[in-house]
Amino acid sequence: MRRTRLAAVLAITALLSGCASFAPPQAWEKQYLAKPAMQFDADKLDVRNTQHIYFSREGAAGGYGLGGGGCGCN
Amino acid sequence: MKRRAFLLALPWVLPLPSAAATPGAPAPALSLPDAAGRTVALDVLRGKVVYVDFWASWCGPCKRSFPWMNEMAQKYGAKGFEIVAVNLDRKRDDAERFLKATPAGFTVVFDPAGTTPAAWQVKGMPSSYLVDATGKVVMVESGFRDEHKAEVEERIRAAVGAK
Repeated sequence: MRRTRLAAVLAITALLSGCASFAPPQAWEKQYLAKPAMQFDADKLDVRNTQHIYFSREGAAGGYGLGGGGCGCN
Repeated sequence: MKRRAFLLALPWVLPLPSAAATPGAPAPALSLPDAAGRTVALDVLRGKVVYVDFWASWCGPCKRSFPWMNEMAQKYGAKGFEIVAVNLDRKRDDAERFLKATPAGFTVVFDPAGTTPAAWQVKGMPSSYLVDATGKVVMVESGFRDEHKAEVEERIRAAVGAK
């Protein structure tokens, strides 16, 4: 019983320590993330098209940092 | 039993010791090579007011900050003010290309490994630190905003005047 408990604690700590080694990129490591192609709205035409589909088919608008907050008034 | 489990978890719970660059604290070490390979060290510049700026070629606001930094270097350079701009590009070519298009009238050093910004705990790009003549950080600025220019210049003027 005690053994299994200790083993469980060890296993959990080992698992969690794996999370500690993951770190989001630092401010100076965002070279590729800063590229225009990495933006959600990199292709204006594509964004407009997608938004048009959402608007006309799903009655939703906005949510991508574009105008309109989904109030259905535009 | 319980205590042992607690001890096991300790290293992950304890915060890491930090020597971050915060206002009022002594500036962390900085010693990096410039384009010619000469080492520029912050403690050698003790006695001068140093504006440490962390930048990269891919960062838009950094590009906008260069003309302003040139202006500041020209205005206060004779009064014991020095700008040390730390480039953080992984590839040196990117930095060279940037500097060709955006000339720097101040010291530029290179840290492709990013060890200095890690020590200074840089949170955004660009980040700038005003270090006074005694080696103490007096101002931390994250990002470059036009509406902060006057305020930062005032801090520089005060630090240069207080020498």
